[in-house]
Amino acid sequence: MEKRVVFRSAWLPYALLAPQIAVTLVFFFWPAAQAAWFSFQLQDAFGLRTEFVGLSNFAALFRDANYLHSFKVTALFSALVAVSGIAIALLLAVMADRVVRGALAYKTLLIWPYAVAPAVAGVLWAFLFAPSVGIVTHALRQAGYDWNWVLRGEQAMLLVVIASAWKQVSYNFLFFLAGLQSIPRSLIEAAAIDGAGPARRFWTVVFPLLSPTTFFLLVVNVVYAFFDTFGVIDATTQGGPAGSTQILVYKVYYDGVKAADLGGSSAQSVVLMLIVIALTVVQFRFVERKVQY
Amino acid sequence: MHIRTLAVALVATGLFSANAQAQTEIQWWHSMTGALGDKLNEIANGFNASQKDYKVVPVYRGSYPESMTAAIAAFRAGSAPHILQVFEVGTATMMAAKGAVKPVYQMMKEAGEPFDPKNYLPAVSGYYSDSNGNLLSLPFNSSTPVFYVNKDAYRKAGLDADQPPKTWKQFAAAAGKLKASGQGCVYSTGWPAWVHVENFSAWHNLPIGTRENGIAGVDTEFKVNSPAHVKHVEMLADFAKKGWFTYSGRRNEAEARFFSGECTMLTSSSGAQANIRRNAKFDFSVNFLPYHDEIKSAPQNSIIGGATLWVMSGKKPAEYKGVTKFFSYLSSTGVQADWSKSTGYVPITNAAFEAIRKEGFYDKVPGADIAVRQLNYKPPTPNSRGLRFGNYVQGREVIEEEMEAVFSGSKDAKAAMDDAVRRGNEILRRFEAANKS
Repeated sequence: MEKRVVFRSAWLPYALLAPQIAVTLVFFFWPAAQAAWFSFQLQDAFGLRTEFVGLSNFAALFRDANYLHSFKVTALFSALVAVSGIAIALLLAVMADRVVRGALAYKTLLIWPYAVAPAVAGVLWAFLFAPSVGIVTHALRQAGYDWNWVLRGEQAMLLVVIASAWKQVSYNFLFFLAGLQSIPRSLIEAAAIDGAGPARRFWTVVFPLLSPTTFFLLVVNVVYAFFDTFGVIDATTQGGPAGSTQILVYKVYYDGVKAADLGGSSAQSVVLMLIVIALTVVQFRFVERKVQY
Repeated sequence: MHIRTLAVALVATGLFSANAQAQTEIQWWHSMTGALGDKLNEIANGFNASQKDYKVVPVYRGSYPESMTAAIAAFRAGSAPHILQVFEVGTATMMAAKGAVKPVYQMMKEAGEPFDPKNYLPAVSGYYSDSNGNLLSLPFNSSTPVFYVNKDAYRKAGLDADQPPKTWKQFAAAAGKLKASGQGCVYSTGWPAWVHVENFSAWHNLPIGTRENGIAGVDTEFKVNSPAHVKHVEMLADFAKKGWFTYSGRRNEAEARFFSGECTMLTSSSGAQANIRRNAKFDFSVNFLPYHDEIKSAPQNSIIGGATLWVMSGKKPAEYKGVTKFFSYLSSTGVQADWSKSTGYVPITNAAFEAIRKEGFYDKVPGADIAVRQLNYKPPTPNSRGLRFGNYVQGREVIEEEMEAVFSGSKDAKAAMDDAVRRGNEILRRFEAANKS
């Protein structure tokens, strides 16, 4: 028996939806449309002269080897943040799930970092790893390792990945823990009786049952890495050295807000929008098929 | 009870605003923090106390780019401040915004305020004047890069601490000895593009770009891939390889490494002196920037950094009158001398410089006059008056990116500087297209 509530009124459902639609239109579609419109224009900083230039903003972008390079940087950065954030969170969740005494304390502590704002997280890590005064830097120097992320691109990348993923681990942890606790004990016990060791039980029973959670987190983490991490980057490397941590969204911010180049920045945000649409389609069409609900 | 309190408060506010209306308010958006911000507020308070008709209200609006962005947004919404502090790299953007700003010389003329741009140091006023010598914005805080040396470390390395290097050849000799004495970080620099490209060019009388570094027109192109520029960047990369040069980042990160004693030599803003003097637990000296003696045109004069005050357009004549009065107060010798002495920025008028010298401040604080002397070393040439490149926030970043690629060893100097010019010119062409009149 399926229960269904049907609105008899013709206008009531629309009226109920209206606030949500209004919010979406005003805060999402309008700015997006404006960005799309600006991307075809060349404008001085004060908006005194505006000229329609067709696709020349886009042409300028794709002529710029550094812009193309920042695609690679973004792909690497997002993959590292999403994969490391998910893997570490899963490991911690599996461990925390097994703890009997003091479980609540462990769980609370592991959730804490999520409350830290991205820019603050960036500053914290930047201090720890600061080239001259950082504690970690000092330890690495003692160990004979030359740590100077202001000049070495791969170290700068490592730093922003750590700072970005660190925050996300807590969020992922929360979902994994909930997922683990909803797996029926009987399934795991049955596998144990059949002679499966802990590792085998994890990979053949637990991990597949967690796949909806993992998929959800993959989507969320990739979107996070694409959009929400510019606070971390602004507080630490600011895209440097030599553009090695210049991710797409940071360049949008920098060119638009700091350098007052609206046309170029809008063109970049249109490109970014297209990428995210494509990515979402790919994730739902192809990756989701492998998910077992 | 609550309602009565509220009513009283409302009446009080009403009275207060009626009272305030008699005074013309002047909004001043700025980016000065800490001790500098306190000093700035002190100047505004001083002006407000000196007369009754106008009230200058300073408002901190974030870092230079942030406050400029905020002002642009406010202008678009029709609520721009009267006075906006803009950093030197934003000069071209402000100048091109003809309908958005009111040139200072024009405002002064309209208000009938006596105003002679010749009172200002030429190296300062040249940077902010149009090609006819008309001052467009009022110089406020200006600095220039200078060369700091840790004298204790020099003595330890067996060097003559009273003979700091004048040329890069002498610098190299000293660096080798400092390294041999066990110094971990020999030399570092703040603001790499400002010091090693912009000021390197001016100090050696070499062009940074065509059309008098962009001052004569927006159809300018970068020239920073000349053999001399490439050789200089190559030399720095070579120093980095030998462990004589440690890169610290694009802003003033290197300053802390100098005053903590970690690095023995530093090139950075003269404005860092106050901080260094407060924190350094060693004997140090302030010197002219080193130069290459094989380049015959060196040394010339260095160029400034810092910010000026721009007046926004579309305000009432009475408000402009107030801004005019305030600017005259700000440029007066007493205010300027005090501002310069307490902040380390260079005095921007000749009279203020003379006043500071006469009271013996430069004898008491050796090195404090190096910045002014370096800016005035020779009368500025078209190569050393300053620079004016459109969208230079991005342009300077391009140069810094390419320099970083050289210092980390992933690109050779020639290729990097060629790329800097190519990428920089793209930005200049976009600015030219957006601002052709």
